[in-house]
Amino acid sequence: MKTRYSFGGDEHIFVECDEEMSLEAFFKGMSITTALKEAQIKGVTEICPANASFQVRFNPDIISPDAMLAELQKLEAAAQSAPSTLHTRIIEVPVFYNDPWTHETGQRFRERHQDPTSTDIEYTARINNLDGVDGFVKAHSGAPWFVSMVGFVAGLPFLYQMVDRSRQIQSPKYLRPRTDTPRLTVGHGGCFGCIYSVRGAGGYQMFGITPMPIYDPAQEVPYLRDFMCLFKPGDIVKWKPIDRAEYDHTVAEVDAGRWMPRIAPVNFSLAEFQADIDGTNARIMEALNAH
Amino acid sequence: MPINVIKPGLSTTVQDLGRPGFYHIGIPVSGGMDTLSLAAANLLVGNAAGDAVLEAVFMGPELEFTQDATVAVTGAEMPPKVDGVEQAGWTAFAVKKGQVLSFGFLKAGARAYIAVSGGIDVPVVLGSRSTYTLGALGGFHGRKLQAGDVLPMGQGKGGAGKTVPETLRRKPGTPAELRMLPGLYWHRITDAAGERFFADTWKVAPEADRIGYRFKSGHPLEFVDREQPFGAGSDPSNIVDACYPYGSVQVPGGTEPIVLHRDAVSGGGYFMVGTVVSADMDLIGQLQPHTPTRFVKVTMDQALAARADRKRVLDQIAAALD
Repeated sequence: MKTRYSFGGDEHIFVECDEEMSLEAFFKGMSITTALKEAQIKGVTEICPANASFQVRFNPDIISPDAMLAELQKLEAAAQSAPSTLHTRIIEVPVFYNDPWTHETGQRFRERHQDPTSTDIEYTARINNLDGVDGFVKAHSGAPWFVSMVGFVAGLPFLYQMVDRSRQIQSPKYLRPRTDTPRLTVGHGGCFGCIYSVRGAGGYQMFGITPMPIYDPAQEVPYLRDFMCLFKPGDIVKWKPIDRAEYDHTVAEVDAGRWMPRIAPVNFSLAEFQADIDGTNARIMEALNAH
Repeated sequence: MPINVIKPGLSTTVQDLGRPGFYHIGIPVSGGMDTLSLAAANLLVGNAAGDAVLEAVFMGPELEFTQDATVAVTGAEMPPKVDGVEQAGWTAFAVKKGQVLSFGFLKAGARAYIAVSGGIDVPVVLGSRSTYTLGALGGFHGRKLQAGDVLPMGQGKGGAGKTVPETLRRKPGTPAELRMLPGLYWHRITDAAGERFFADTWKVAPEADRIGYRFKSGHPLEFVDREQPFGAGSDPSNIVDACYPYGSVQVPGGTEPIVLHRDAVSGGGYFMVGTVVSADMDLIGQLQPHTPTRFVKVTMDQALAARADRKRVLDQIAAALD
């Protein structure tokens, strides 16, 4: 894993922790960006962690690009020895898989898909050697996912499944992006899952929809009153498959301002995870279920 | 006392200097596409440089004033009229209670900045009055103006008569030249493709808005062969999803470059060849579709010199209007 630095014009430094995705690369970025936040360097205006990289925006009138680069390289050296642990939280997200709305949208943009004759979920099940829609849902919701980046549009989480690489679901993006995606679509592109926080363009495969709002600029949803976006990098997500009846019920409860997501605090250690993936996931699920 | 929107124009939004600090959760900086013109309009009417104004694209709105105000229009050449009488651009003029501000046809540029004394007084959201339409955030109810909207206006003190000297009105040339620092994933394309990228004259595509400006008519970029890294996706233009700097130049599929602007998507899975320097972002905001455009390769030292030049122009405008 070799760190690569590049300037993005006169106001940004882009830092690639690794070319390929891994939890190790994510944690390396997380330790450096956390240290950078704590260092409170004058002139730093934005610190944006991403999956296997991060970006820093700075004001070159206050700190020169070369000085900024030197600060980051110093922090990288110090971060090497930091333990990769997180005090985070697990959030359960209900998903209505194979729902009629993403299905309808998928049909409207079928000529932009790799396999116009099947649905996104059937196609992804097939290319990942999963046993149809049921086998797909089992694999997709069977282990938790890590929020490895928030962005694209307001509050959208990128998710990385906490399983061995050989078991990770992978799928290409649409051949040409759609101009429409339903709000709260659960999507997938490359090795990353996502939840579309707002309606709009998108290129990820569409598997289902959640009734749970994750972005509310009006801040009327009870659990979004403190801040309008729910997710932050380092959160852990567990999908919970639900049927149409539960979906409709949850939507009504959300609209009435009565529904709250299940969220529990949890500690995560990369070393523990690497030594025992299934055991770590089981412990994380216990934290959720005990809450 | 408010301003009544009679006609909204094509896409008119409330903007100020933007909303920095939330890019890490996907909320873009927003704010004026041409902040130099935005700041000049404010200074003309006696406002602070970063007060909220209206940004009108290609076609101006029609606005009825319910109180006396001083108004200035900068940026695109789109002649302002008060009750049908044409007024000078880049110059503060008076609008009386009951009068209507309208606009003639666009002659040059793309975005006009309409400042009123006292500023557009919409609520501050996450530190800014700027509109982010995709996220329905800020500005006037998070959206572009519609007929019948009533815009709150602050109390101002500036009078009519001030003007920005012609020499300080910055405009894109023909062809437009955008200075770019190569980098980010520049190594993904061949040397020959890199040379052609700067040699080609591109044209602004119809898909050019506040999220980004797309350019067409140049040569497709050839990629350096590689096995795609895990998680990136199969297309050679795909990367493991990363942050996109404001001003970065991504080239999906290697065909049409897109320069991300004020309402940028904050990240994604397309490689980028570099970043347009901060000094030239204002110029992009004034480009019309089909405008011939060249990308000009610069070093960091040249980028910083361009930044200092832009700041000097702003200082000179402030001094001229003081």
